[in-house]
Amino acid sequence: MKRILTSTLLISALAVSACTNPDRFGADGMGGAGANAGAGANAGIVPGSANDPTSTAYFQQAVGDRVLFMVDQSTLTDAGRATLDGQVAWLQTNSDYQAVIEGHADEQGTREYNIALGGRRANAVREYMISKGISASRLKTISYGKERPIEICSEEACYAKNRRAVTVLAGGALTS
Amino acid sequence: MLTRLLGLLALSAAAVFTLAPDPARAEPLRIVIDDPTIEPLPFAVPSFQPESGEAGQLAVDISRVVSEDLTGTGLFREIPASAYISTVSDFNAPVEYADWKAINAQALIAGAVNVTGNSVNVKFRVYDVFSGEELVDANGQGGLQFSGTVDGWRRMAHKVADAVYSRITGEGGYFDSRVVYVSETGPKDDRQKRLAIMDYDGANLKYLTESGSIVLAPRFSPDGNRVLYTSYESGFPRIYVLDIGSVQRRALESAEGTMSFAPRFSPSGQTVVYSLSQGGNTDIYTMDINSGQSVRLTNTPAIETAPSFSPDGSQIVFESDRSGSQQLYIMPATGGEATRISFGEGRYGTPVWSPRGDLIAFTKQNKGRFHIGVMRTDGSEERLLTASFLDEGPTWAPNGRVIMFARETQGAGGSSSLYSVDISGRNLKPVRTPEGGSDPSWSPLQN
Repeated sequence: MKRILTSTLLISALAVSACTNPDRFGADGMGGAGANAGAGANAGIVPGSANDPTSTAYFQQAVGDRVLFMVDQSTLTDAGRATLDGQVAWLQTNSDYQAVIEGHADEQGTREYNIALGGRRANAVREYMISKGISASRLKTISYGKERPIEICSEEACYAKNRRAVTVLAGGALTS
Repeated sequence: MLTRLLGLLALSAAAVFTLAPDPARAEPLRIVIDDPTIEPLPFAVPSFQPESGEAGQLAVDISRVVSEDLTGTGLFREIPASAYISTVSDFNAPVEYADWKAINAQALIAGAVNVTGNSVNVKFRVYDVFSGEELVDANGQGGLQFSGTVDGWRRMAHKVADAVYSRITGEGGYFDSRVVYVSETGPKDDRQKRLAIMDYDGANLKYLTESGSIVLAPRFSPDGNRVLYTSYESGFPRIYVLDIGSVQRRALESAEGTMSFAPRFSPSGQTVVYSLSQGGNTDIYTMDINSGQSVRLTNTPAIETAPSFSPDGSQIVFESDRSGSQQLYIMPATGGEATRISFGEGRYGTPVWSPRGDLIAFTKQNKGRFHIGVMRTDGSEERLLTASFLDEGPTWAPNGRVIMFARETQGAGGSSSLYSVDISGRNLKPVRTPEGGSDPSWSPLQN
């Protein structure tokens, strides 16, 4: 009984995190036309859900919408490049989408510097994607500096998650 | 020889700095602010005399604000009215010095208030009790009067306090000034920000923007009538200029695909210096605020940001990580070769040139702590004034003696609030705001 309860809790926790994990400030591209583009492609898959490989939810959760950085660095890590390779493949398949890459910093830094640092991080992601064949015209960048942390503790465990660049899908067929 | 000379200097310094209530002393009443062993100077400010029927409450209120201004500096201590032997019953009557000496009031501030309709007139005199003379300003002027509107009565009080402060310290005042800052509410991951303006002491607060988009780092124009700031309201960080009177704003020119931020006015008010980020690289530019024409001043792959003009407009201090970490540099206002001025341990950012031209205030990060500090413009005589989990963003009082900054507390429940500190490192204290606060900018003295 206890085991069942634990499993249920675990599953619901996963479901909740699946909903809240995407950066709340960067989720503007969710829904949209891209969700419908996959309708009927595979029977039994709810269009727009994380099971629909053409959906933004799939991009956020299965592909991975973010890469993390070391302290004060904008160099992509091996893990980051692997995530971006997945993003590039997805964007090549789903060519209706554009993306805004949001650069972020942790709170250990002055405000202006962190905006500039977030700009460096977002640009590192953009340049990598362009080098892998994504058209520059599909990729915009913005930095939020330290203004939009997703984790709020003042410890490295939180800082590590806040030093990020998030690829936020936009438009899809709507803007074309 | 050198030792003897130093001994002599120390002796004469001690003589100048002594503030003991010595009836026989020859020096005029004077606080030397840089004296490290300073004791607050005791003063009395009996309630000002109402000279018209409506002036009663205002006279009381104005004398209270004068007292709060002076005691708030940490340089003065008010003697409570309960200790008075006599009081000032007539602004023009001779002062009973003996009665004020007896309670050790070294300075006596006497004033009178007259209200006519919506106009208020405030007169005051300051007396050096132990020499038995009225204190005069640098021009030999004794009593002064100020006029304004009844609504603006606090400004009359601040002007009186500024004059008293100036006469006793020999420094310019700073009480008749305002602060624009970012008012903050909500947790770290849902922080709402809007611009607010208030008197330097927190009175007369007014919000200038809605909290729908991120706003950062407002900066006063030299005349105190406009504010430059950065807002994300277009979706991307852009610089706006806002007229405080009309609360009308406009975005400055900016190119698609760029971010612009960290603006400050030049001393003329005609030029804006700021950071522009393009393709991941951040450099410093100036822009003519009327024509929108911009000029690039730095051109390196490093981050160059947080620029601030010298008060004469000839130079710009800024931060750059071109050496591998954030450090402070000075370059000519037209760009060109930059000279590094910070060489201590740690990282240095957000430099701000003092309105007196003599010092640069900065934020320093070292060993996981943040500090507000000052150094001379050649980088010498660095002094740290504060230390905490996160102190940042200094701004100068108009007289260059006091610095305001923001302090963010640690942890998930952390919040930001405003503090001020004397450049001696004394008198660290919170600035009263109704919500959290960050990115303060102190106005010049009002006219």
